[in-house]
Amino acid sequence: MADRDTTPPRSDGAPSPAPLLVVRNLRVTLPTLGGDLHAVRGVDLSVRAGETFGIVGESGCGKSLTSLALMNLLPRHARRGADRIEFAGQDLQALGERQMGDLRGNSMSMVFQQPMSCLNPAYTIGNQLVSVFRRHRKVGRSEATERAVYLLDKVGITGGRRRLGQYPHQLSGGLRQRVMIAMALMCEPDLIIADEPTTALDVTIQAQILHLLAELQQEFGMSIILITHDLGIVARIANRVAVMYAGEFVEVGSVDQLYSDPRHPYTRGLFDCIPQPGKTPPGARLGFIPGIVPSLFGKTAGCAFATRCAKAGDACRDAPPWHGDADGHEVRCHFAGAGPNPTAAPPSQGT
Amino acid sequence: MGYFLKRLGLALLVALVVSVISFGALRISGDIATAIAGEGASSEDIEFTRKQHGLDRPLPIQYLDWLSHALQGDLGTSLYFRVPVAELIGDRLPISLALGCLALIFAVSLAVPLGVVAALKPNSIVDRLALWLAVVGQAMPTFWFALLMIVVFGAWLRWLPISGNESWKNFIMPAIALGYYATPAIMRLTRAGMIEVLGLDYIRTARAMGLRSGTVLFKHALRNAVIPVVSLTAVQFGFMLGGSIVIESIFSLHGAGHLAWISISRSDLPVVQGVVLVLALIYILLTLLADLLNAWLDPRLRIE
Amino acid sequence: MNDISHAPSFGDDDSTIANSPTPRQAAYARARTHIGLLIGGGVLLTMVVMALFAPLLAPHDPYVQDLANRLVDPFWGQKTNPANPFGTDGFGRDYLSRIIYGARVSLFIGAVAMLISGFIGTTMGVLAGYFGGKIDHLVTFLITVRLSMPVVLVALAVVAMSGGSLGVVTVVLGLLLWDRFAVVMRSATQQVRRLEFVTAAEAVGMAWPKILWSEILPNLANHLIVIGTLEMAHAIVLEAALSFLGLGVQPPTPSWGLMVSEAKSYMFFDPWLITIPGVMLFLLLLAINLLGDGVRDVTSPGEIW
Repeated sequence: MADRDTTPPRSDGAPSPAPLLVVRNLRVTLPTLGGDLHAVRGVDLSVRAGETFGIVGESGCGKSLTSLALMNLLPRHARRGADRIEFAGQDLQALGERQMGDLRGNSMSMVFQQPMSCLNPAYTIGNQLVSVFRRHRKVGRSEATERAVYLLDKVGITGGRRRLGQYPHQLSGGLRQRVMIAMALMCEPDLIIADEPTTALDVTIQAQILHLLAELQQEFGMSIILITHDLGIVARIANRVAVMYAGEFVEVGSVDQLYSDPRHPYTRGLFDCIPQPGKTPPGARLGFIPGIVPSLFGKTAGCAFATRCAKAGDACRDAPPWHGDADGHEVRCHFAGAGPNPTAAPPSQGT
Repeated sequence: MGYFLKRLGLALLVALVVSVISFGALRISGDIATAIAGEGASSEDIEFTRKQHGLDRPLPIQYLDWLSHALQGDLGTSLYFRVPVAELIGDRLPISLALGCLALIFAVSLAVPLGVVAALKPNSIVDRLALWLAVVGQAMPTFWFALLMIVVFGAWLRWLPISGNESWKNFIMPAIALGYYATPAIMRLTRAGMIEVLGLDYIRTARAMGLRSGTVLFKHALRNAVIPVVSLTAVQFGFMLGGSIVIESIFSLHGAGHLAWISISRSDLPVVQGVVLVLALIYILLTLLADLLNAWLDPRLRIE
Repeated sequence: MNDISHAPSFGDDDSTIANSPTPRQAAYARARTHIGLLIGGGVLLTMVVMALFAPLLAPHDPYVQDLANRLVDPFWGQKTNPANPFGTDGFGRDYLSRIIYGARVSLFIGAVAMLISGFIGTTMGVLAGYFGGKIDHLVTFLITVRLSMPVVLVALAVVAMSGGSLGVVTVVLGLLLWDRFAVVMRSATQQVRRLEFVTAAEAVGMAWPKILWSEILPNLANHLIVIGTLEMAHAIVLEAALSFLGLGVQPPTPSWGLMVSEAKSYMFFDPWLITIPGVMLFLLLLAINLLGDGVRDVTSPGEIW
């Protein structure tokens, strides 16, 4: 259970305006025997330096593939396309695998979901931490070891030197996730992508890890992209949030905007699915979203959520436009802008 | 350490049971007294030989007698060569071990790189070629392959000597003939292991940390993928020592396999028993070594 | 609960479930397009027909010697004889007829030895996998013992001591080659044992022999076929090796391994004498291996090799 009392400090200081990461029209396609699966269909995203950007969506919506696409770590058969992927002024699509490798673990890093399987069982954690640092910095073994001990201390693992000689199987899941975070921080990256970093952990450990992430962000000042299916986690640590559905963002805004004023029918559906302290009366039935996620094979047209949406009308056969506020709350729905106005929509093209 | 002692105890027990079974099987399948007395011996001669060699005693007693001598390094006396079996085997074994090691080196240095390359690009041309090689290789009887090599490289091209053990050149064809048969199995296991490991989360972590592809492949993937291969290789080495009987007889390499072959033809049972025991001991020792090597490769295996 | 993971996900599409074929249909569909399986099955079938109808197919008696007609070249050679398309051997026996009869020896030994070892190994493996505990320890120990014995050597010695005959060779190989059956059946049984239908059968008080026979064994059939082909090939190649060394099937039985052995002394002048039986052995082993690989591919897609 998410307990709001344990909410970690959120970096409320105004993030600097220069975007660290700009992504335009990111697409990921998975060729399968049944045809091309369009798993990510045109995601736009910009992350400012020092901010935490949350991506929320149910499993299979394409959020993990989005994160892997940013790191260029997609499975071998997957194809990536984008109009623009720019990180710290560099065009990532123009970089070769070798140059990408120079960035990964160095200025952009990643924390994964499965702490039990993300560390190599054959090497000590010291070996793994040191080799990451020495891959990116020209330093000796002893200096790298110092750095590893320092970071283990930062992620709350005491007795660092002794720990360095331990193997992953000798550590608990929570400790391993801390090691994973330490590894991601070894080179003080500008951006950390955390893909469901707490999903596999016990609830109490989850809170500790989230707290740790927030603290480290305050200290090191990196940006975080936090990917999760858990609205509670996003609320506690993110500055801005994107809601993802069927390979697309449907709503983007600050946490406050999204939580106080969810505008997309899907976002609202998500909030209805979880009990909210003070709002949901005891014993009340929770809401659910009827229907199923549409097939993402082949070409799709119109609003992906239309088949499950109570409001859906003829207009929804066309791709919905983005409606944005002056304060950056954007939503992608025909009915979100000037209110329901189906007649204004152009004639349907057929699907 | 406790694990190692337990493992050692088990190995000794295995060796003991192997010796019981091979002793029993050989004694039951033929009458050794008839063999010793030689062809055309009268039944009185055979009975006399039986008494003289203590073969009229119950089988378990004979076994214990043999075992107590064997434990002191005395494997009996060869009926044909009239010298101690231990001495004979000691003379011949180095040739077989050299042949086995060469064959193993050949097999591993062909199979592991092929398996790795095949795993890097599943279903590519290289992968299909490797698979094809594996299927064809597995269908080729060793002795026939050896004869073909003799015809082609020994007789037609005259590159290599076809018999004897005078120089290292004599070992090339036997080692290939013995080693290629183990190649498909090792290659398949390497490929399967690499494909599995390359798909694991910690490989993705290594790549996400920017480690170079060579480091990811060899330091992180191969070490974990090779663990089952080590066990298989030990088993295959055992097969090779057993199979050396065929190869040594074809190439007239005077190793332990050749010795076993002529001793079987001459019903020289003490020698046959000795060779079986020694080969089994070597195999047991190898699997023990493989376990130790794996414990070094995978720290999770160290605590039992 | 801050959890939306119970929301429907992609896999729940009713239409895909309705349209997807049953596993059996899917396996059958894969089998029809599996080239290795088709080739392997075809060649093996040809060999079986050859073995079964050898007396009808063979142009001559495989045992009749004709010393005036020795070492006739096969049809592609120079000194040919239309009556002996594959030529004749050093005793003037028709090579084609001996090849055809040789299929009987290989297939008989392969099949029977495989059945014997399959019975032993499967019994041991299934019992060990189902009961675990002491039985499992015992079986594991026996497997280790068996692996520690040099098979070729022990088989050779025992066959030689008891006088090589088809029956002895078959039984000895059958008694030696059960290890892989035991290893695979043991781990496969351990997996099947955990499934619900076995627990259900135990819960209703079904006797264990009946559970093993009617609940567990049918689920091991795929593995049995695959290991069966491997061990059949193994037995065939071992018989050929034993006979080649002169310590297996005894002359004048037309065994392919023995034919290679008998032709050894002519191999530099008449290499076809070792080539023809060798190629037959190779084709038979290749066919069996392809069949085994094919069955595995078809029944458990995903494992490509």
